[in-house]
Amino acid sequence: MKSFFNKQHQKLIADPMGDQNPITIQVLGICSALAITTQLENALVMTLAVIFVMTSASSIISILRNHIPNRIRIIVQLLVVASLVALVDQILKAFLPDASEQLSVFIGLIITNCIIMGRLEAFAMGNKLWDSFLDALGNAFGYGWILVAVAFVRELFGSGKLMGYEVPGFSYLYELGYMNNNLMILPPMALIVVGLIIWMQRSRNNDLIEEN
Amino acid sequence: MNKESNLYTFTFAIIMVLVVGTILAVTSEVLQPRKKQNAADKKMIDILSAIGVDATRSQAKEEYDKYIVDETIINNKGEIIDGLAFNIDVLFQYRDKTLSPDDFKYPFYTAEKDNQTYFIVPMAGTGLWGPVWGFVALEQDCNTVYGAAFDHKAETPGLGAEINTDIFEVPFRGKKIKNYLGEFVSIEVKKGGAEEGNLHQVDGITGGTITSDGVSDMLFNTLQIYDNYFSKVNNVNDTIIQSINSDNFNI
Repeated sequence: MKSFFNKQHQKLIADPMGDQNPITIQVLGICSALAITTQLENALVMTLAVIFVMTSASSIISILRNHIPNRIRIIVQLLVVASLVALVDQILKAFLPDASEQLSVFIGLIITNCIIMGRLEAFAMGNKLWDSFLDALGNAFGYGWILVAVAFVRELFGSGKLMGYEVPGFSYLYELGYMNNNLMILPPMALIVVGLIIWMQRSRNNDLIEEN
Repeated sequence: MNKESNLYTFTFAIIMVLVVGTILAVTSEVLQPRKKQNAADKKMIDILSAIGVDATRSQAKEEYDKYIVDETIINNKGEIIDGLAFNIDVLFQYRDKTLSPDDFKYPFYTAEKDNQTYFIVPMAGTGLWGPVWGFVALEQDCNTVYGAAFDHKAETPGLGAEINTDIFEVPFRGKKIKNYLGEFVSIEVKKGGAEEGNLHQVDGITGGTITSDGVSDMLFNTLQIYDNYFSKVNNVNDTIIQSINSDNFNI
């Protein structure tokens, strides 16, 4: 009997966090990574929402995988993701109205996040519940940590704040003539920060560099 | 049952949709009171921001009750009508194409802050990509703008979307909606910048001309209705004051 959390399971979690990262390696889910990473708080809420939607969707699809008619499998996947997203949207509106307002349209757009549908079609449709759950968790975290890292850099250098609070010590820097970099708040900077992460990742692991 | 048969596919789809629909409908119903409360809090915060009061969600109701002393509804002829002013959604009304202008209800809120009376007027209009709306607070003379707060649904970030920032809102302070003859002229959001010293213009947003024009139209269309009402009320008051004064002279 296979153990509850064996090497293979570890790989399911670890790969998407690093060498199979959905954003930096597979370049999926970029749009939301650019749009909502101006503030750390938004990035965290988005990450939690994606973790919830992905793990639930993968689990549900994995349970149903032997019953879903092949011809409408994509529609069924979409239905599951869409309803989970609608659920998250409702819950945010009721309990975190400010975050819901800030993220507004991007919560709805989780539906179109290629990572989710990608993992459902490529993994959950053919694997057991536990494996699918771990795969979804790994990919959601892989997506999330990039989001949080980018948001950390952008909020710190763009607004001089973290989680909406002033960073102690910045007041001294302002006196010395330091200014917040407004470019950090604009979408292009998110692309550049993601690019820097990709660069770091590839320079540490040469296997990731494609041959021409 | 054959998994690839039409009957199976249809049955599966129908069951799936029913289950999902039920779950979503129930969630929506259960959370409805909370969502309504959040929307009301947000509206109170917006109204208060027009008179420069920054309220947080948790104390929105408290602050609202403290500053807002009266709520009134008028129609487009400037007559007072009955109803709950707070429950009127001017944006919803603005976008409801089935309503005739005579059915429009125009609410306004009377605020008292530091012993001064202000009239807060809500408004709705059309920007470039979607609706824009706002609240303008007029001073006791019903002419001078005390403060303005605007917002939008989907204007371009960095361009039209700037209407909800201080850069755009603060210049409204002290502007007048009537000229020195007492005629209504509204306030124009001027492309290329307001003329120096012009009391009826504010700077438009570079690259956000359509949004700026939308705000101009919204201000004109809404403020003229309210000006009509305020002028009527003030004329009556003026006549009373004049008659009192003339009585004094007679003595």
